[in-house]
Amino acid sequence: MAKTLFDKVWDAHSVRTLANGQTQLLVGTHLIHEVTSPQAFGMMRDLGLKVAMPHRTFATVDHIVPTDQVSEPYADPLADAMIKELRRSCREFGITFFDRSTGKQGIVHIVGPEQGITQPGTTIACGDSHTSTHGAFGAIAFGIGTTQIRDVLATQTMALGRLKVRRVEVNGRLRPGVYAKDVILHIICTLGVNGGTGYAYEYAGEVFDRFSMEERMTVCNMSIEGGARAGYVNPDETTFAYLKGRPYSPKGEAWEAAVARWRLVASDPGCAYDDVVKMDAADIAPTVTWGINPGQGVPITGAVPDPARAATEDERSSIVEALAYMKLKPGAPIKGTKIDVAFLGSCTNGRLSDFQEVARFIKGRRVAPGVKAIAVPGSQGVGLICAELGIDKIFREAGFEWRNAGCSMCLAMNPDKLVGDQVCASSSNRNFKGRQGSPTGRTLLMSPLMVAAAAVTGSVADAREVFAVSSN
Amino acid sequence: MALEKITRVSGRAVFVPGNDIDTDRIIPARFMKCVTFDGLGEFLFYDVRKNADGSDKPQPLNEARHKGARLLLSGMNFGCGSSREHAPQALQKHGFRAVIAEGFAEIFLGNSTTLGMPCVTAGREDIARIAAAVEADPATEVVIDLVARRVSFGAQTAQVSIRESVRDALVHGRWDPIGELIEGAADAGKVAGSLPYMSL
Repeated sequence: MAKTLFDKVWDAHSVRTLANGQTQLLVGTHLIHEVTSPQAFGMMRDLGLKVAMPHRTFATVDHIVPTDQVSEPYADPLADAMIKELRRSCREFGITFFDRSTGKQGIVHIVGPEQGITQPGTTIACGDSHTSTHGAFGAIAFGIGTTQIRDVLATQTMALGRLKVRRVEVNGRLRPGVYAKDVILHIICTLGVNGGTGYAYEYAGEVFDRFSMEERMTVCNMSIEGGARAGYVNPDETTFAYLKGRPYSPKGEAWEAAVARWRLVASDPGCAYDDVVKMDAADIAPTVTWGINPGQGVPITGAVPDPARAATEDERSSIVEALAYMKLKPGAPIKGTKIDVAFLGSCTNGRLSDFQEVARFIKGRRVAPGVKAIAVPGSQGVGLICAELGIDKIFREAGFEWRNAGCSMCLAMNPDKLVGDQVCASSSNRNFKGRQGSPTGRTLLMSPLMVAAAAVTGSVADAREVFAVSSN
Repeated sequence: MALEKITRVSGRAVFVPGNDIDTDRIIPARFMKCVTFDGLGEFLFYDVRKNADGSDKPQPLNEARHKGARLLLSGMNFGCGSSREHAPQALQKHGFRAVIAEGFAEIFLGNSTTLGMPCVTAGREDIARIAAAVEADPATEVVIDLVARRVSFGAQTAQVSIRESVRDALVHGRWDPIGELIEGAADAGKVAGSLPYMSL
């Protein structure tokens, strides 16, 4: 019978059915970071448990690392304690740790793919909701809680209910200046922030077929913002080309065998989906959020919504709450909204191609007076290549601060934070109240090039006009 | 490891209205720089409850008449966003034992279940009725009966729904799956052995 990739991978990793009807699912690859794992290691110690398969867990440090300080101890003693705790736990339990001294450190969802650890047909779990990123390779990747991290450490399995599968197909061609970030923001705005609850999203169609791995990762990354715990793209030649030669990718004969297996894991033609949604790439514009969840976005040519024109009472009250927090006026064009900070980075848009694309356009431009602009490579690896290509220099000359790898201002567990009610044009993934570290800070999500356009003009701008974008 | 069979949760309730209440709001990230979950209760809904200067906002969670509430009432898509278990941990450490909402985000629901904290779904009108009863008399005893899938408050009742796997785990005292997962270790080893990438 024709099966989806999701079902094939699920079935291949099913250990048994548990008493409550959930599946005991084998977690092939476990990724951990410093924020959600220390309590899990504490539980392991309390219960006297050993890590079942230490060679299948990989650690790095990303959330709390200061991006402007390399040497320890860190200025923040709590952050310093957390990194030392992770280092201690990895040593004690025999886990590979991509520490800053290895040159392989970075945001966990950038490091996994970069190292070739993220592979098609695998199951991946990590105590971070953006674990869905790894689905770009045709893996089933879940964000999990800390008690589940304990479960995976202790047994390399977890208890989980099977998800339904919705195929989200985007066909046609994206217009110039429209990026993967716009595609996922459009999908979330269309299907809703909880539209994906209970589903895994299979992203497909001509747009995804053409996308690079980094573009696919940007989309899969934000699946959870649409409520979908996992999102994936079927593996293809683009996937295999990306993985070939990476440190943890299979080598020699094992490579050929792996590629043969990976080809078979893709969804079969004619397989049944629980739901299918089709979208036209031409309908997608550069998208900017105006509200307090990632589903509250409009095309750059659009306006902040007017609650008086809301279709439902729910929508009206959501708009009222969001506009009160964002201090935006109903009906005002989103374009022209003044910004204070521009943030380029995160597990959504902190990859090499994000910086390359922006560098192409900001060369010779300057960040507007009064705007603080920071560019934060997602990993030490990305930072290194940017340095080799002179990309860091282009950013610095344009007036950006160029930082060391980390989550930075995406979630503000490190010194990179908004202050007061600053407005931030951000390439990250969440615009929740207080998300960027100030309880009154305001976040506008957009693509990296739109962040750059806002940085150089001092307000939300149409990157296609600012940079005369004529082709992607 | 014998776990409590959670068949009913009772106590006072408090209403935190709104849809899409995310885990950053439940526990802001700046309070997560800790290596244990102890002490998180104090920071629950911190920016919802507190002004920048640390003074209280006018918010039901701050009101003396709602102190000691064990059940939280809310809207749709409660607990969306980050997978941080710190969110249900903060609720539990603050004293909450169950959440009744119009809907829950997937990861939050799973995390809460693993802590033995039921998340049950009720219709908007029913939640409004419970909230009204609590508003009229904050001492109203609200009881969630997981066996009958019903919530009672004062002389009123309403139906609630709960995912069957969650309900089963709670009422049978197997909401923390670690024991069962360890029992399956040998089978897990076999499955791992069948997957070439697991040995690399």
